[in-house]
Amino acid sequence: MTTEVDRTTSYDADDRGWFGGPEHGWGGRFMPEALVAALDELTEAWHDAMADSSFVAEFDAILRDYAGMPSPLYHAERLSRQVGARILLKREDLNHTGAHKIRNVLGQALLTKRMGKTRVIAETGAGQHGVASATAAAYFGLDCTVYMGAVDTRRQALNVARMHLLGATVVPVESGSATLKDAINEALRDWVASVDHTAYLFGTAAGPHPFPSLVRDFTRGIGDEARAQCLEKYGVLPDAVAACVGGGSNAIGLFTAFLDDEGVAIHGFEPGGEGVDTPRHAATIHAGEKGVLHGARTYVLQDADGQTIESHSISAGLDYPGVGPQHAHLAATGRATYTPVTDAEAMEAMALLSRTEGIIPAIESAHAIAGAMRVARELAEEKGPDATVLVNLSGRGDKDMGTAIEWFGLGRTEAEISDDVTEEPVG
Amino acid sequence: MSGTTTATAFATARAEGRAALVGYLPAGYPDVAGGIDALRTLVDAGCDVIEIGLPYSDPVMDGPTIQAAAQAALEGGVRTADVLRTVEAVAATGTPTLVMTYWNPVERYGVPRFAADLASAGGAGLITPDLTPDSAPEWIAAADEHGLDKVFLVAPSSTDERIAMTTAACRGFVYATGIMGVTGTTQTTAAGVAPLVARTRALSPEGSDLPVGVGVGVSTGDQAADLAEHVDGVIVGSAFVRRLLDHADDRPAGLRALAALAEELASGVRRG
Repeated sequence: MTTEVDRTTSYDADDRGWFGGPEHGWGGRFMPEALVAALDELTEAWHDAMADSSFVAEFDAILRDYAGMPSPLYHAERLSRQVGARILLKREDLNHTGAHKIRNVLGQALLTKRMGKTRVIAETGAGQHGVASATAAAYFGLDCTVYMGAVDTRRQALNVARMHLLGATVVPVESGSATLKDAINEALRDWVASVDHTAYLFGTAAGPHPFPSLVRDFTRGIGDEARAQCLEKYGVLPDAVAACVGGGSNAIGLFTAFLDDEGVAIHGFEPGGEGVDTPRHAATIHAGEKGVLHGARTYVLQDADGQTIESHSISAGLDYPGVGPQHAHLAATGRATYTPVTDAEAMEAMALLSRTEGIIPAIESAHAIAGAMRVARELAEEKGPDATVLVNLSGRGDKDMGTAIEWFGLGRTEAEISDDVTEEPVG
Repeated sequence: MSGTTTATAFATARAEGRAALVGYLPAGYPDVAGGIDALRTLVDAGCDVIEIGLPYSDPVMDGPTIQAAAQAALEGGVRTADVLRTVEAVAATGTPTLVMTYWNPVERYGVPRFAADLASAGGAGLITPDLTPDSAPEWIAAADEHGLDKVFLVAPSSTDERIAMTTAACRGFVYATGIMGVTGTTQTTAAGVAPLVARTRALSPEGSDLPVGVGVGVSTGDQAADLAEHVDGVIVGSAFVRRLLDHADDRPAGLRALAALAEELASGVRRG
């Protein structure tokens, strides 16, 4: 693969991090003054690095030799037959550490090394970004501290163990709601005091400028590869692309390559939890309101006083009350459509993909599968069986087996289980 | 409102050859009425300027002490309107009363509306720990319209260019963070903060005479005395909050402890 750094889109931020210009106010940098110098330093280092062909070549080589890029684009034929249109899966689940997140952390850690810093910190919800950060730190020989909500350390003990094995320090965060947003707060507090030698490996395409754009640059390989793979195999672009959106790094990684392809519809699927008409969801764009969270103006789940509301999703990786500001911009301009997918729909898609394709997806990615099937059915009616939906299968589901055991009651007999899973006849 | 302005309070202290003492507590802790009692105790014990914290769910600049009180206040149901009510009750003492707030609650309330309601409650202005002047055109316009103080922060990591930009945008005073860190964790020393204070003074607009207040990391009378020689204002927050947290089951004892610390600090700034 080759990272294409000079390709910009019509939806990029300006040099102060505003998407759609300051008058629309998505993004920006709402941060303590103490961190501004570090964010400026990071911005400059990132611009320099992306303009340096040796940096880009080193990044590409690490992704290829260490992390297994490019990931394949796979035609899910049995799933396609169910919806009557072609479904292509970008297999980020096959990457080292099992998800798209390795791209971002290897990019940021390589940048850290270039900046001469010796320590990295990261926040993590379910632990996937923490594991990826610990992996990148081990690869580059950097000290690594991961902040994780205390509630999540108990829910995700296996990932805590993986981080420990990889040599990272894991700090359980007890403050606030003791989940992802509080882990971000605690990482920022660490960074205020350690910024001279520490880099913050932000886990998603959110936060203050330059993180939304920097993380996009390191994840956009997903879409750049997929676009080229699709053209090479089918000679046409897909009719639609689809991804799940929590903070939004896998989605922006896929979408970026297609933003200026007017004929390609762009769909983000948000965690609808127990339903967007209940308080238990994390569908930030669909149900949130404009506000400032973690340094950016974006859609936020908040109450009438601007206090952040605790989000819910069955998928810890999507359980975040904010969203990357570029997604807010893409939603506001109508370039992309964001729709909720409930816990139940995602779990059904998880079972379906497992049984039709032999791929157990992460529950995050199962949201994208469920949403993409809706889109594919509509497209099939309009365009017939050649209609193509390209879905980012952003991660694999090994980490989610605890949830799956509980949800499907996998301790029960085969007959009981198959009664629960609605599988349409495969033609 | 017949109270003193922030600038006057600093000027008075300067005329007395001492630093001003700025005391911080969050509104709504232990409850709204208890918070008002505590803030009035700070006024009575000699604080020259009062900062009222608006409790927020995601306070990235605050250490565990202030977080704990703010979270308890939120769990107790404190609303933005209660914070404004608290401002009104404290400003009525005549002591300049600012609100220290993270940005989202103000944006959510509506920036012009917040400025209008703060002014009519007798509030002196805002201290904005996560809003820098280059991201604040709406607040600056609203503050100017209502004659409110705009207190922005400078940090040891700030470039000269940013200190000049920040001090040019401030009214009331400029808040210098004594250490690179969050509230209530590390101790600031006069030697440690001197370079930032000197740079801030040198880079403030000529003739503005903008007072420099130092906060984050000040908790004892001796420290206040040590700092007071070098700065215009000594800002104390976590140490006051700690007194209230330590006496959560006995409010009168908490207020006594609060008064004792405020008196110690008030005498400290006079020793400096």
